[in-house]
Amino acid sequence: MNDYEMMVDAYKKAGGEDVFSNSDTAHMVLEQDKILGKHEVEGLEINAEKIKTNTIDVKLRIKKGYKIKNPVHMCFGVLPKEGLQKILMDVNIEKDAYAKIMSDCVFPNATEVKHVMKANIHLGSNAHYEYEENHFHGKTGGVEVVAKSNIEMDEGSEILTLFTLRKGRVGKIDFDYEADLAENAKVEMLTRISGYEDDQVKIREAARLNGRNARGLLDSKIAMADNAKAEVYNELTANAPDAKGHVDCTEIIKDNAIARAVPIVEVSHPEAKVTHEAAIGSVDSDQLQTLMARGLDEEEASDLIIQGLLKG
Amino acid sequence: MMIVSSLGNLKRTAFPYLLHLYVLCNIIVLANGGGGFKMQKLLEIRDLDLTLDKERILQNINLDVNHGEVLAVIGPNGCGKSSLAYTIMGLKGYEQNGGGIFFKGEEISELSVTERAKKGITLAWQEPARFEGVSVREFLSIGAKAKGRNIDNKDLDWALNEVAIIPNKYLDRNVDDTLSGGERKRIELASILLMKPDLVILDEPDSGVDVVALNNIGDVINDFKNEQMGVILITHSDEMLEVADKAALICGGEIFNVGNPQEVSDYFKYQCIPCEDEDFEKHQGVSSNE
Repeated sequence: MNDYEMMVDAYKKAGGEDVFSNSDTAHMVLEQDKILGKHEVEGLEINAEKIKTNTIDVKLRIKKGYKIKNPVHMCFGVLPKEGLQKILMDVNIEKDAYAKIMSDCVFPNATEVKHVMKANIHLGSNAHYEYEENHFHGKTGGVEVVAKSNIEMDEGSEILTLFTLRKGRVGKIDFDYEADLAENAKVEMLTRISGYEDDQVKIREAARLNGRNARGLLDSKIAMADNAKAEVYNELTANAPDAKGHVDCTEIIKDNAIARAVPIVEVSHPEAKVTHEAAIGSVDSDQLQTLMARGLDEEEASDLIIQGLLKG
Repeated sequence: MMIVSSLGNLKRTAFPYLLHLYVLCNIIVLANGGGGFKMQKLLEIRDLDLTLDKERILQNINLDVNHGEVLAVIGPNGCGKSSLAYTIMGLKGYEQNGGGIFFKGEEISELSVTERAKKGITLAWQEPARFEGVSVREFLSIGAKAKGRNIDNKDLDWALNEVAIIPNKYLDRNVDDTLSGGERKRIELASILLMKPDLVILDEPDSGVDVVALNNIGDVINDFKNEQMGVILITHSDEMLEVADKAALICGGEIFNVGNPQEVSDYFKYQCIPCEDEDFEKHQGVSSNE
């Protein structure tokens, strides 16, 4: 089995979709600093280049007016137990273009792997971009993920980001996403993470609603058990008339887990509005007792509630 | 299963078929002392006391529920009706201080909520919980799956139709705050229909629902009866009392009387002396006790 086949195999075994043989689906496969595969479709350009050891520069462009029908799959991973993968990414979704990127990160054997992603994302006017990042980790918690994104959004553009840990332990996650929105632009940042043992999660999501009628939603749902720790910083600033935003952070803790939620909302225009909700606590006892009265034991009931929360 | 010694004597006499009937139905038991046969009660509550935060909530409660019987529990707000429901279900914080709860002849006071549910008791809350990210389809199947039964689409459709909910409009929705309280109540009842417990405790199923839904809930309670389930129905509604076989009036945490639903209700509405009245003790026994 060559590196490409091993990577795709690991991705499929982790639960990923079989998309790499579909000629209508654009994709790219990177293992550590090796560019193993790439497939483009009309309207989409992907260029990847190893610029130094363990570091790859990726440029992704959706041309003006193109709407890419199938999600574009970016498969990143490190197969050995130890290693560093650093991705420097430039994404440009041009005016009136649309694309959905599925970024699938696979670290099945990691005991000491660090994955660093630094992204600059630009959305042209009325561009629409969905970015879904799915992580497939091993059981040891030996992964450290550091992701930083700067998102610049022109008028009428929309972005939806969703991070989900699909399999395995978190390890250590440190996210820092920032978005600047022009008039009528809209951002939704959704994060769903379940951690346990000594996992550590730190998330900072910030959106600045600078243009008239800009919209922002920062929504984090985190479940922590054992000795896991989570810190969530949601920052939403509304500076323009009719700009509206909402911050929602729900964290469930069990055992000795610790969760911290810090919503920062700032409004500097009288016609703007930002609301926030933050709730940290154990699993809701009414929900728990309802399920137990149907015959589930406490652990089963708790799992169902947490999985539901993370899906919601 | 309880078998007393005199059963062997009977077996040797003219009624050997009784043993087979006993085994098959698991309903008929021999009365202690050899005094004849009687139907085993589904639920027997004996001298039940509950104290929470040093306040006596329930005192000396004695109630029975048979298979296929609806017992309505009525009384003023705060009299202990819901506390009684929670104590029977074994909810955390509602551990009884005295007395016994017997389900199909077995003392269940020490059992957890889950164990009681697995034995065949369940509770529908006055305000059903919301479940973010849990679909109606998934929620409906939980009780049945916990009892080891698989649920297919036909079962789901049947249960939702029974509670007047259109399956294809609801099955993939979540049991969260996008559903009204009335919708969640009906979905909870549908989940109980699929669970098929032996005893259902309904805590004010009539609160916050419209007249049409009220009639439908009455029909569902009749479904429970037809399936030979026992029902404890906590209610303030006269319409709901129509489906009850008997009613118990609770006042100040004590059973005031038990009997015909309409008579007990009329007594509560027109003659009942407030529990706080210092002559309360004197008024007990005014109506017929069970």
